[in-house]
Amino acid sequence: MHTANLRLLALLLALPAAGCSGGVGAPAGSAAADAAAKVYIAPGQKDEFYAFMSGGFSGNVTVYGLPSGRLLAQIPVFSQYPEKGYGYTDQTRALLQTSYGMVPWDDTHHPELSMTDGVPDGRWLFINGNNTPRIARLDLRSFETAEILEIPNSAGNHASPFITQNSEYIVGATRFSVPTPQADVSIGTYKANFTGLLSFVKLDSLGHMSLAFQIRVPGYNYDLAHAGKGPSHGWMFFTSYNSEQASTLLEKNASQNDKDFIAAVNWKRAEECVAQGKAKAEPARYAHNWVDHESLVAKSEMLSGSTVLRPDACEGLIYYLPTPKSPHGADVDPTGEYIVGGGKLATVIPVHSFTKMQKAIADKAFDGEVDGIPILKYDAVMAGEVQNPGLGPLHTEFDGKGFAYTSVFLSSEIVKWSLQNFTVVDRIPTYYSIGHLMIPGGDSRKPWGKYVVALNKITKDRYLPTGPELTQSAQLYSIDGDKMQLLLDFPTTGEPHYAQAIPASLILDRQIRTVNLAENKDPYVTRSEKDVKAAREGRVVHVWMTAIRSHFMPDNIEGIQLGDTVQFHVTNLEQDWDVPHGFAMLGARTSELLIMPGMTRTLTWVPERVGVHPFYCTDFCSALHQEMQGYIRVSVPGSTVALTWNKPS
Amino acid sequence: MRGFGMAAVLLVVLGCGGDKSAPPPAAAASGAETGGLTPFEMENGIGPVKEVVVVGPLNHEMAEAGEKIFQGKCSACHKMGEKYVGPALGQVTTRRTPAYIMNMILNPQEMVERHPIAKQLLAEHMTFMANQGLTQDEARQVVEYLREQVK
Repeated sequence: MHTANLRLLALLLALPAAGCSGGVGAPAGSAAADAAAKVYIAPGQKDEFYAFMSGGFSGNVTVYGLPSGRLLAQIPVFSQYPEKGYGYTDQTRALLQTSYGMVPWDDTHHPELSMTDGVPDGRWLFINGNNTPRIARLDLRSFETAEILEIPNSAGNHASPFITQNSEYIVGATRFSVPTPQADVSIGTYKANFTGLLSFVKLDSLGHMSLAFQIRVPGYNYDLAHAGKGPSHGWMFFTSYNSEQASTLLEKNASQNDKDFIAAVNWKRAEECVAQGKAKAEPARYAHNWVDHESLVAKSEMLSGSTVLRPDACEGLIYYLPTPKSPHGADVDPTGEYIVGGGKLATVIPVHSFTKMQKAIADKAFDGEVDGIPILKYDAVMAGEVQNPGLGPLHTEFDGKGFAYTSVFLSSEIVKWSLQNFTVVDRIPTYYSIGHLMIPGGDSRKPWGKYVVALNKITKDRYLPTGPELTQSAQLYSIDGDKMQLLLDFPTTGEPHYAQAIPASLILDRQIRTVNLAENKDPYVTRSEKDVKAAREGRVVHVWMTAIRSHFMPDNIEGIQLGDTVQFHVTNLEQDWDVPHGFAMLGARTSELLIMPGMTRTLTWVPERVGVHPFYCTDFCSALHQEMQGYIRVSVPGSTVALTWNKPS
Repeated sequence: MRGFGMAAVLLVVLGCGGDKSAPPPAAAASGAETGGLTPFEMENGIGPVKEVVVVGPLNHEMAEAGEKIFQGKCSACHKMGEKYVGPALGQVTTRRTPAYIMNMILNPQEMVERHPIAKQLLAEHMTFMANQGLTQDEARQVVEYLREQVK
C-alpha cells in the first residue's frame, strides 16, 4: 500500500510539474521520474532530515521526514490534545497556565532549533505562542513539550523565538505595541502611550528559560528577528513596520513611509547596562511552567517583575537600519556579514553590511534619532540591493555555497540570488503564495544546502477539495544544481509558518525509549501489581492502577458513589520501546490517557450515573488487546457498598 | 517463517510438556530442522548470552535480588503455579537452561520470531513476551529466584 501511494504521488507530481514548468520541451515523464526518485524513500528506509514545522493555529508542532514529506508526529505544545491527554492530565495541565489562567490554545509560528557555535545541535526546539505571548521548549529526546514561559507586557509574540549562536538567549518582541504596563487610555493616544518591548530570555545549560531583561522601544510593530553570527555574534536584528504608528486600518496607514527600520540590538551591551544598574524594575506578572525532571509532572509558578532597559539610558544599545518598505524577514547570512531585509512592499531586496554598520556607528553617520535610538544613514550601511526580486519578498535562507533564496509572496516564487554580486540567478514558481521558506540549517553558519522547502499559504487547485477549507501545503525543491527543481508537494497540518530541519543523525540516536520504572518518581506511581490499591480521601477516590499487555490491575472496582471524584493513576509497567497503553473511561468529560512505558498518568473522572461502567485500553497493544478492559461500579450517595478492588492472585 | 519438521514439533512438545528431570534434549535436533539455529542456540536461546551459564549451589542473596525484579517487572504476567498471561514459571528451570531463560528475558522479540520453542509458546499464549529492559546481571538474578521456586 505504501509503495502504491508513493507511486501515485509520483504520478500526481508528474502532471503539474510537467504542466507548469512552462513547456520548455523537457520530457515530462523523465523529469517526473527524476523528481520521484529523489524523494522516494523505499519501504523500511528512513528519511535524511527531520523537519519541524509550526502547526500554525493548531498550536502544535508537526514533524516530517525529508525528502519524503511523510508526517511522523504531531507534538502538542500550546493546545490541549486529547489523543495524548495533553493539557488534561494532572501531569501536563500546568504547562498551559498563564497569568490569565489556563489558556488551552495558541498560534505557533516559528520553530527554532538550539545551536552550538552557530549550528543546530538537536537538543531542543523552541516555538512561540503568538496570541498569548509565550515561548515553549521541546525536548528532542522525547519529542515532548518540556517548558513554557509567558512573556509579560507583550502583545503578539511574533518576532520569536530566534536564538543566539550558542543558545545564550532566545528573543520575543511585541508585534502589537500596547500601553506597557497596561493602562486604560484612549486608543487615539497611541503615539503618546503605546510602546514595544524586545524581550531577552536566558537559557541555562539544560535549556531552562528565564526572563533576563526587556528593552522598551518605540511603538512600532516588531515583526521578525535573527541573531548575528561569527563577527556579528552579540547582535540581534529585529524588523519593524508601522513606523507611522497607526492604530487603525494599518494596511493603508502603516504603508506610508518609504522606509521602516531593522533594529540592530547589541545584547552584550544590554548585559553591561543591566549589570551597571541602568535598567529599572517594572511591574509584570507571568507564568513559568516546566516538567519536573524527577517526577515528570508539570509544575507552574507565577513570577513578577521585569528588568526593563530604555535605549536612552544605555548608549550603543540599539541602532536603526532604514529598510524599505514594511520589512518582514530579517535574515543573516552564514558568514554573519549580511543582514537581508524582506521588504513586503519593496521593489528591491535590501542587504545591509555588518562591517559598514560598525563603521557608520564609529563615524556617527546618523540620520536623526528616535527615542534615543540613532538612525544610521541607509547608504552608509547598505551593501547592495537585489533588483527584480519579484513582488513581495518576505524571507531569505542560505545554502552555504554563496547563494541566498528569498520567498516572494505576491508573485508566488522562490528567487535565488548571489551573495557576491546581489543579482538574481534563478527563480521558480511555488503553488501558491509562499510565506516562509526553509533550507535545513539555512539560517545557521553551516547550512545543509540540499533542499529548500516552500511553506505556502494557499493550495487552490493542487489537491482534492475538502469543503470550504482546502489543505495547507509545503513544497520541496532540490537546490543541488544550478537550477532549482520542484520535487514534491505535501500537505501540512495547520498553517505552516516557519520550519527548521536538521540531519536525522543528530537526533535519532538520542531518543528516550522508556522511563525506567525504578526511577519513576510520580507521586502516584505503582511499580508492581502487588501494590495496586484504591483509597478514599473524603469525596475523592484514588485508584493506583497498572497496565501491561494485556490487562489492567485492578480491573474490578466497587464502592464509588455519585458525588465522588475518581482519580485513576495508571502506571504502564512495560519497559520496551513503543508499547504505550491507553486508558479510556466511559462518560469521562476530559480525554483519554496515553501512557508511555514506565510512566504514570492521571485521569480525573466525575461519575454522573449510577451503574457499572467499563474502561478499556485504546492503543492496540497485543493480540489480546480487545480483552484489556475493566469495570467500575457507581452506587447512590450514602450506599453501603464498600470500596473494594481486585488484586493479583 | 520457515516450516519445521516433525522433530521440531516433538521437541516443542518435550520442551513444554514438563520434563521435570533434566534440562531439555534440545540439542538432539539437527540443524536442518531447527530453522538454521545452532545446537547451542537451540538449547540456550538466541541473544546476548552466548556461553553456557554455569550455576552452582543456590545463592540466596542473588535470589532475593531476583525476587524484587520479578515482582516489579515480571509478576504482572507470570505466576509460579498457573498459566496467566504467560506460562507458569515455578518449574521453568527444570525445562530450560539458565542461558535460555536469560536470552528469553533479554531478547524476547528475536526469540519468538526465530526459536521454535518460543514461537510455539507465542502461538499458545497469544501475547508477546515483553522486553522489560533488564540487564544481564538482573536476568541472572531472576534465574536464581526461579531456581528457588522449584518444588
